[in-house]
Amino acid sequence: MAGDTHALTIAETGMPGEVLPETATGPRSFSWWGMVWLIATEATLFAILLASYFYLRFRHGVEWPPEHIHAPKLELPLIMTAILWSSSYPVHLAEKGIEKGNQRRLKWGLAAGFLLGAIFLFITLAFEWPETLHEFTPRTNAYGSMFFTITGFHLSHVIIGLSVSLFTQFRAWKGAFDERRHVSVQNFAMYWHFVDVVWLFVLLSVYLSPHLE
Amino acid sequence: MTAWSERTRRRSRILVVTALTLLLLSACSDGGPSILEPRSEVGERIERLWWLTFWTSVVVVVVVTAFILRAVQRGRRPPPEGDEDAVDKRPVPWGERFIVIAGLVVSGAILAATFAYSLTELNAMAEPPEEPTMEIEVVGRNWWWEARYPNGAVTANEIHIPVGQAVEVKLSTADVIHSFWVPQLNVKQDQVPGMDNRMWLLAEEPGRYRGQCTEYCGLQHARMVFYVEAQPPSEFEQWLAREAAPAAPQADGPAAAGRDIFLASSCAGCHSVRGTTAAGTLGPDLTHLVSRKTIGAGLLPLTRDNLADFVLNAQDAKPGASMPPTEIAPDQLSALVDYLMTLE
Amino acid sequence: MTTVVEPGPKEELSEELDETWHAPRGLGEWISTVDHKRIGMRYFYTGMVFFVIGGVQSLLMRMQLAGPDLELLNPEAYDQLFTMHGLTMMFLFAMPVLSGFGNYFVPLMIGARDMAFPRLNAFGYWVLLGAGIFMYSSFFIGQAPNAGWFNYVPLAGEEFTPGINIDFYTLGLIFLGISSTGGAINFIVTIFKLRAPGMTLKRIPIFVWGELAMALQIVFALPALSLGAILLTLERKFGFHFFNTEGGGDPLLWQHLFWIFGHPEVYIVALPGFGIASAVIPTWCRRPMVGYTYIVIGELAVALVGFGVWVHHMFAVGLPNVTVSFISLASFMVAIPSGIQVFAWLATLVSGRPKLSTPTLFVLGFIIIFVVGGVTGVMFAAVALDQALHDTYFVVAHLHYVLVGSAVFPIFAAIYHWGPKMTGRILNDQWGKVSFWLMFVGFNLAFFPQHILGLLGMPRRVYTYEEGLGWDALNLASTIGAFMLALGILVTFVNWYTSKARGPVAGNDPWKGETLEWYTSSPPPHYNFVTVPTVKSREPMWDQPELAEGFQAPPDGGRSLTGGHVTLSTSMLDARPQAVVHMPHASPWPFWLSVAMTVLFFFLLVEWWILAIVAFLACVSGMVGWYWPRNQTQET
Repeated sequence: MAGDTHALTIAETGMPGEVLPETATGPRSFSWWGMVWLIATEATLFAILLASYFYLRFRHGVEWPPEHIHAPKLELPLIMTAILWSSSYPVHLAEKGIEKGNQRRLKWGLAAGFLLGAIFLFITLAFEWPETLHEFTPRTNAYGSMFFTITGFHLSHVIIGLSVSLFTQFRAWKGAFDERRHVSVQNFAMYWHFVDVVWLFVLLSVYLSPHLE
Repeated sequence: MTAWSERTRRRSRILVVTALTLLLLSACSDGGPSILEPRSEVGERIERLWWLTFWTSVVVVVVVTAFILRAVQRGRRPPPEGDEDAVDKRPVPWGERFIVIAGLVVSGAILAATFAYSLTELNAMAEPPEEPTMEIEVVGRNWWWEARYPNGAVTANEIHIPVGQAVEVKLSTADVIHSFWVPQLNVKQDQVPGMDNRMWLLAEEPGRYRGQCTEYCGLQHARMVFYVEAQPPSEFEQWLAREAAPAAPQADGPAAAGRDIFLASSCAGCHSVRGTTAAGTLGPDLTHLVSRKTIGAGLLPLTRDNLADFVLNAQDAKPGASMPPTEIAPDQLSALVDYLMTLE
Repeated sequence: MTTVVEPGPKEELSEELDETWHAPRGLGEWISTVDHKRIGMRYFYTGMVFFVIGGVQSLLMRMQLAGPDLELLNPEAYDQLFTMHGLTMMFLFAMPVLSGFGNYFVPLMIGARDMAFPRLNAFGYWVLLGAGIFMYSSFFIGQAPNAGWFNYVPLAGEEFTPGINIDFYTLGLIFLGISSTGGAINFIVTIFKLRAPGMTLKRIPIFVWGELAMALQIVFALPALSLGAILLTLERKFGFHFFNTEGGGDPLLWQHLFWIFGHPEVYIVALPGFGIASAVIPTWCRRPMVGYTYIVIGELAVALVGFGVWVHHMFAVGLPNVTVSFISLASFMVAIPSGIQVFAWLATLVSGRPKLSTPTLFVLGFIIIFVVGGVTGVMFAAVALDQALHDTYFVVAHLHYVLVGSAVFPIFAAIYHWGPKMTGRILNDQWGKVSFWLMFVGFNLAFFPQHILGLLGMPRRVYTYEEGLGWDALNLASTIGAFMLALGILVTFVNWYTSKARGPVAGNDPWKGETLEWYTSSPPPHYNFVTVPTVKSREPMWDQPELAEGFQAPPDGGRSLTGGHVTLSTSMLDARPQAVVHMPHASPWPFWLSVAMTVLFFFLLVEWWILAIVAFLACVSGMVGWYWPRNQTQET
């Protein structure tokens, strides 16, 4: 399969003498733009969700979190932050690697990024949420609902990112990418960086802002 | 072609004339809760703002229509050199200037002026001209209105106010969002859970002004009417004092039997009659029921028969209302209604 | 390839392309086609079916309101009807039909062989159909959404509407949002990357700009609605707290979320309609659009400012006067870019020589109706007047003038203007004019009196009213007008149906239009164009004789792209050719995925969690099947 597509990298357009590449990456490709606009609409969704959080907070009055809930503990979230953000680096290396045709860097970069993302997911599900649930649940009040909805929304994006990563790794091992054809890797990387950037805003609003008086 | 567009013109003329006639006729009709027949200073401001924007709009629509008729007229001219499909690619020297002047400069100026004027009106309406003499709390409920006065008077669907005095209305809701609107007296204000909304009323003439809920609130949104009774101050004071008093005690007779039925049955679970043990809060306070002119939130005139029917099965007249049908023998119903008719 | 007579270069090329793009008819092909024209037709027909349903709902309501205290409908039925009427007309009629025209004509007008993401396009249609069926299934159990299209809490909350009525609303809109978002992204990328060589930004047809502005609004506005619907689902089904005051929520949060979407939604429906007007006017006036740049900037400015005015739907909820004044200013401002477009149309009409064909009449009707809707819109920008007229029949009149004006009338203009391209047959013009006059007079008779009803204090969303308020005659007039409007619509439907079979053959370019959709046969072949043309002006069909003759040969700039199932990718700003892109073939996976999703949403509705998980896994299988690497899929 790989063999015969490798050969087809330029095509005639029908204009006498004109040939054009048959592959495109980055802003020259369709799917890269598709990803840009998908991220734009997702980012809007997060922005409105976080705005809703602050709306309820300011409508609520002085006491926040309400009803004697403690402001979130920060140790674990900061560790999770470090893990999640560090996952962007190997993904970046993978992307830069395949742009130069480096298959090894692609495979290992994606794998390392996946592992770090999976650890983030594991910590959330095994420690961060269960611990928080001891104090309040989504049904306790609007604060609890918002806390779990925002972190849950983000977590669902981590899960989607991990799934796409798996799929991309599967294709990488099958040899689907090379220096000319790797827009799927770029798109995944873009999405993963987006998930990491969103976490910054989740961290600032859900975890840090309740500590501000 | 010619006949056709003759017809066009005639039709559009008929349409415009009919529309304007209808509008003017309607503006003259009386009795309805029209914002074009204001009975307060705020209402007059709104009416002025309406006519101002209305006439501006008429001018805009007429100008646009004139352009369109002009275009239609041009379309009927024979094509140059007889070629129907010839494309005229000559630039239109006035085109962009026209768009900028008409679309940006003139429109902008009209809009800016209207904005400024509407803003001054808004500010003028924000506060009553004098300190309100009283605060009435109006609670929107599915699907009727409860009015509470500072002296303890509680009534439903008929809100009395003194003429010529500003009263503050504190608006709240017991369930979903409602909106309080008396078209001839003021703009509307929503009643939103968790919000402390207020408005004020100042009627300049005595009268009975119709109001209605204007935020869709479920099945009987259409039947959530109320009236504001603007009375001369002395009359109002009398009314207010009487409303605050407990119900007159009953001697013997059918009315007393009716009272016992009322107190012993489920009626008392939802309705209050001050001066008795009935202290329900779900339905309207009935202490001075007969001082009101309607039942069911402006639905039916308060007569003995209507009352009897409503007690028997309110769902007939007002499907979905909270009041369930009553299982009651005819003679008992009669006694009960006798009693209710004594609650003056 | 056998040739009998000596074929010209055009015939040779089209034979070769036919072989590559040929699709055998059959059920398998029917569910897996990705041809933007067939998908566009499906959007169009499906939307029209919903238009009829929504129209019948409105006639029922008008009959109920024809006189005071009528009892044709009970309150519950009335509430479900007006809720579904709003949802249907916005989400299942206007958006699909306008997307349908976009689907059909954007690739044709920009000289592309398909949309950028053909399978996503197919998926978008199937999801629309699934979501439509999902929402309408509520009628069969008598529990259609009944809290109005803006669905205010707490009325729409668990406490006051415990049935599943509202769950049809929330889940249905979440589901439908997937379709609209995918479609919007598809439009944007198509318009950015698939334009014919030479079609620089300044040469993009205005209709395409309109679809782009609509798509951008969907991308940034729809998340608010989807989020609101998700939060309301969590609150209703799982006991979360966002909108109920007992749990520390706030009912106004819903209103903000709804209107952050809801106001732009008006423009989402209006902007493509404006675009249709701008496509019809130059052709029928025999003159290029005056003030092209102003119209384009106007469309984009409407799209932008439209995001800043949502609070004017909430002027009566008790917000501070300062907030209200700012929004009032923005609402006044949004009138300017719309006005600029109107004056550009007028300038073109007056400097041209408009032929009074049916499409022209519908556009002229649109301008008048839209301007009336516009000036009453300005009245709502004036806060004090808004607070008086808010939620009365004046609003009902205003919104129908705006929406019927800017969506329905342009859609009917498009039916007569573009119908010949879609079916290959010309619609009857005389009947078209009959249809127009019935619709125009009927519309005004139906809705103009409602302005007055609003002034006379009649609130909207009431299932009846008592007599003696001066409302009776006006309501009766409105009902008569509604039936007249319906009759006019019916005339066009019959006209479409009969003309499609027996109308005169259209040929490539029956109106001598200026844009590229006329540079191909009617209906166009699967591959749209024998040669993807090189464009040298804003009105290529008027300025490039070889295009008007129907064939731009390769030496003149036409690219045949016969080397496979491919289209041309060009640069975003100046449309220089960049790559030859392999397009996906027909695929059953979008259909499968949307079926699985429909089933999933039904299980979520009835809370059968185990089966919902099974359906979810079916969705995953659909995605895996869709993206499974194949030889033909290139990395683009």
